[in-house]
Amino acid sequence: MSDEKRKPTPEEKAAAAAEARAKAEALRKLREQEAQASQEASQVEPSQEPQEEVSAPAAKPVSEMTPEEKAAAKKAAAAEAIAKAKAAKEAKEAAEAETPVAEQQSEAVATPAKPVSEMTPEEKAAAKKAAAAEALAKAKAAKEAKEAAETGADTVDSAPDADAKAKAAAAAKAKAAAAAAAKAKAAREAGGDESGDDDAKAKAAAAAKAKAAAAAAAKAKTAQATGDEAPAEEAPKAPSKNQPYLDKYVSRISEAFGQEVIEASYINELGKEVPTLTIQNERWYQVAQYLRDDEQLSFEYLSDLHGVDYEDRLEVYYHFYSYKNRQSLAVKVKTSREESKVASVMDLWHGANWNERETFDLLGIHFPGHKDLRRILLPDDWVGYPLRKDYVQYDEEV
Amino acid sequence: MNHNILTTHVDTSSETGLRTEEMLLNVGPQHPSTHGVFRLVVKIDGETIKEAIPVMGYLHRGTEKLAENLTYTQIIPYTDRMDYVSAMTNNYVLCHAVETMMGLEIPERAQFLRLIAMELNRVASHLVWWGTFLLDIGAMGPFLYAFRDRETILDLFNELCGARMTFNYMRVGGVKWDAPPGWIDKAKEFVQYMKKELNNYHQLVTGNEIFINRLIGIGKFDTKTALDYSLSGVMLRSTGVKWDLRKDEPYCIYDRFEFDVPTATEGDCMARYHLRMAEIEQSLRILEQALEQFPSEGEVMGKVPRVIRPPAGETYVRIESPRGEIGCYIASQGKDKPWRLKFRRPSFTNLQILPKLLQGENLSNMVAILGSIDIVLGEVDC
Repeated sequence: MSDEKRKPTPEEKAAAAAEARAKAEALRKLREQEAQASQEASQVEPSQEPQEEVSAPAAKPVSEMTPEEKAAAKKAAAAEAIAKAKAAKEAKEAAEAETPVAEQQSEAVATPAKPVSEMTPEEKAAAKKAAAAEALAKAKAAKEAKEAAETGADTVDSAPDADAKAKAAAAAKAKAAAAAAAKAKAAREAGGDESGDDDAKAKAAAAAKAKAAAAAAAKAKTAQATGDEAPAEEAPKAPSKNQPYLDKYVSRISEAFGQEVIEASYINELGKEVPTLTIQNERWYQVAQYLRDDEQLSFEYLSDLHGVDYEDRLEVYYHFYSYKNRQSLAVKVKTSREESKVASVMDLWHGANWNERETFDLLGIHFPGHKDLRRILLPDDWVGYPLRKDYVQYDEEV
Repeated sequence: MNHNILTTHVDTSSETGLRTEEMLLNVGPQHPSTHGVFRLVVKIDGETIKEAIPVMGYLHRGTEKLAENLTYTQIIPYTDRMDYVSAMTNNYVLCHAVETMMGLEIPERAQFLRLIAMELNRVASHLVWWGTFLLDIGAMGPFLYAFRDRETILDLFNELCGARMTFNYMRVGGVKWDAPPGWIDKAKEFVQYMKKELNNYHQLVTGNEIFINRLIGIGKFDTKTALDYSLSGVMLRSTGVKWDLRKDEPYCIYDRFEFDVPTATEGDCMARYHLRMAEIEQSLRILEQALEQFPSEGEVMGKVPRVIRPPAGETYVRIESPRGEIGCYIASQGKDKPWRLKFRRPSFTNLQILPKLLQGENLSNMVAILGSIDIVLGEVDC
């Protein structure tokens, strides 16, 4: 067997790997979508209570409806079912529809104010102002709800609860909107006999929609509030025995390098209360040097170094120990997945040598400054980085 | 695993007029002194090592990758296959990490069983080291004694959990099996036997002049180097650092028992030999107390949720394995499977210093130095 036959060139391998990865990515996305759809479907159920509040009063008169009306209601139910299937799409639309809802509402509020045409101009102006203020407040609330939903999505790992709540709220909103739309449509379709009611129904639907939106906004707000509360809840807890150490590290480092090099600092409650710092990637090497050499810090021992793939970023985790001060410290440095770069600390702690090589080998994180950065556990001609979440094994047979 | 790392250099203008030549010597991966499938490419000039390049990965199974698709309970048997000479410690470090995240209470009896299993395993591990290390440097006899006595421990483990080496004994929240009737007495018997036997070991080997001359002053390093290279366990203690996680960051119930942390200051192979022998003694001391205080009854599994889901976040715990500091890092997303699992393996980290120790050393000292580091390849490659 000739060499060429047996082994494709690295370029071919890379191309094949890229293709495989793209396929896997597509597959993953598809799966994700499915998962999301099913998740939303399941999340709609628990959030039925507020929805029922909205639809129950509208549903009650149904019992007194004529057969034609009943048929219409049935149709509406069918439409609702279809709408439910489109929940994901509608959620977006609902979010967009929020602003018009607010406007509608402000109009609705303005309407009863209109008949008071005998008011003095001053009073009129005041009423107008009040209405405007109300509308503004409502629009603000809607916007806040939107933001809450977005922040919920952003803080996936820090506040999964808030995220879930926001999602549930969004789902509820979508459902309510869909139901309202379906009802309006059904009303319009059944409109032959009861065209007079049509307007009223549409109005009711709009009102229901507005109510649902308001409820969703309120819910999202509470979600946000609980999101904010989470750290506040921890505060009253007895401060960790390591809190003074964390404060000391933070103050020492920010004295030397400025506040901005510390992206985050906290006590890791789940990890034996170890003080944890997230250090700015660009300044990491200088900070690392300071951690080792500073009299009061003197972290002369690197216990562990490894990387983690969080899908939107890569992180390198360091665990230091100071035999002098008998204290632990965990440091995290973030880097992008596309151009991963974290300064090597091999010449500060020689123990980082193989750990950095291993991290490079399995996660593809580059350590500029490392003198011998090559694969350590896998063969040199291995394609890809197995511990990355989107890794697909390259198979020569395919 | 680069195969073209080194280039040979031929020196024809030596002072003696003799033609000397640097050559590459390949040691392993199928070499008994490498304790597994470790490979060393050694550049030698005559008998002197100029450069040594470790090549590893022959036993890499991707445990950390596999673990991402396994539940926590399913990962435990994989840890058995890392440091297969002391699998109990590996079992423990994973369970300990999960328990730390979930804040679980472990029943008293389970704590005792865990501690007894770990300490028995430490003795077994040091016996394997003692036998093979002496085999490496040319003494055939001790190996037979060591493996004979280790067999008793393996039999005890066999009775305890049905396996001799890959135990899969511990669970998140406790241990899988209670000690069978009479097991504690058998263990007590072994401890008494081993205490006497240890004297025989010393008489057989420790005073031997050839043995002493082969180890004294070999593979020497100081505290600063040890810390710089992230060394732990006996490697670190042989330079005078009194550091043992069982004592300094107590886990399990180690803080209830009296034992010493033996240290030496020489930092050579001889110091490491003495330390490991002293550690067997200390382990037996702990075992004696633990077996005596073993609770007569109680649960061996704590209250654990049916599905183990540590809260979202991360943790890093480290404990003292026979080889040094073994650590376990878990990043959890609140699911029943870890997002990322990482083991800090003492064998892997301790091995880093080998090229430095071998440089300029006589070739015949290579196996002594490698043996004194005490590596297990299942753990190096993971």
